[in-house]
Amino acid sequence: MIKVEHVSKVYPIRGGNRRVLDNISFTLGRGEKLGILGRNGAGKSTLIRLVSGAERPTSGNIARSMSVSWPLAFGGAFQTSLTGLDNVRFISRIYRQDYKKNIDFVAEFTELGLYLKEPVRSYSQGMRARLAFAISMIIEFDCYLIDEISAVGDAKFHEKCEAELFNKRGDRAMLIIAHDPNYVRHHCQKFAVLHDGKMSFFQDFDQANNKHHHNLQMSF
Amino acid sequence: MTSTSRLATFGKSAAIQGRVIYALLMREILTRYGRHNIGFLWLFVEPMLFTTGVTILWSVFKANHGSSLPIVAFALTGYSSVLLWRNMPNRCIGAIEPNLALMYHRNVRPIDVFCARLLLEAGGATVSFITLSLFYIYIGWLDPPDDVLIVVEGWLLIAWFGASLAMFLGALGEKTELVDRFWHPASYLMFPLSGAAFMVDALPHAAQKYILYIPMVNGVEIIRMGYFGDQVRVHYDLPYLLGCCTVLTLLALSQITVISREITPE
Repeated sequence: MIKVEHVSKVYPIRGGNRRVLDNISFTLGRGEKLGILGRNGAGKSTLIRLVSGAERPTSGNIARSMSVSWPLAFGGAFQTSLTGLDNVRFISRIYRQDYKKNIDFVAEFTELGLYLKEPVRSYSQGMRARLAFAISMIIEFDCYLIDEISAVGDAKFHEKCEAELFNKRGDRAMLIIAHDPNYVRHHCQKFAVLHDGKMSFFQDFDQANNKHHHNLQMSF
Repeated sequence: MTSTSRLATFGKSAAIQGRVIYALLMREILTRYGRHNIGFLWLFVEPMLFTTGVTILWSVFKANHGSSLPIVAFALTGYSSVLLWRNMPNRCIGAIEPNLALMYHRNVRPIDVFCARLLLEAGGATVSFITLSLFYIYIGWLDPPDDVLIVVEGWLLIAWFGASLAMFLGALGEKTELVDRFWHPASYLMFPLSGAAFMVDALPHAAQKYILYIPMVNGVEIIRMGYFGDQVRVHYDLPYLLGCCTVLTLLALSQITVISREITPE
């Protein structure tokens, strides 16, 4: 279970502070899938980084009693001057995994071939996305944090992601952020809308989506 | 929590930290030295070239260092120590930024990045010092050290000083770029004052007291005591050096705690 209690996050900006998250509390149990909607800059990615433990909240507490992935986003979590293979080795080392086995999986999943031996910075967006997703799949977690996974890549890639994430790992907990509300509707049972630092929860997708649309309209 | 389970938790955390530092070490070696030509051998070939160059220059110009010691031994002990305390801060200032993406993994923390770079720099300087010593001894330019253990003591003290200074400046440098701006001139100016190019005993009596306030001077004197034994009269203040290292270490750890809390992965 992940227990988020009264979490706030404040970033210093030029001429003051900006409160991105304001007193947010929720829990995510094993196998539960929570989808979060929100405008650009609403703090969705910040929330995911806090839950992952990569960043600390300004106040409040986050307790994790199951293993939680790093934020699975396209592009993040690897070093671009290293090659694809070196990144696989690095991540295998910090999570104590057999990297030889992992390299086979990554090579097969990404179909990057010889490019795996080139620095990641020479990859295209789509190639990075394939590598990032494959690397994320080599370590098994109880809970996956998913940040905009549907944004990059072609149809075939989306199909593969779908199979790995929702078929093979359908029993895991997930926290999903997506720009496409349909993606959230399709994969989650619980929904939340993040707006002005506050998070509101909905059991029903349509209510959440209406609120989200309302927020979008309001700002224009 | 009982003491055994606390010990078990500690053991688990230590194992994780060990893994992370090892992974970062391998990553640093790859990005810094790559897989071209001699690869990671550059780690100590580079400082060896530096030291050899300085040794040759000083020998050719018969540098005046205020004693009758052989110039090769003098340059080797002096310049190797400079590389030891100077390279660690050089590499730790600005160490966080290129590793920000890796901090998406919650077990990768700023202190691990610093540790990996410190191990690499200290390791490189140490291998270079030992290799050159053995080589010079072998070709007869240098007599074996009088007391190896004292050399090791001085070397470890300078390494501790360099490491704590590096972590402190590295952490501070995350908050303000002034650290980077001032470190380069400061380290350059400290070189002639660091004891690399003189023996304290050769200085005027009035200056000796003040020069020992510079921490690394004490360490270099200890190394030379180990190397030359009775041939030299050395001056150093061990409690002062230990005090400096301890204070710097505490400051460094507190600053690292602060930046760890504030860090935002890319």
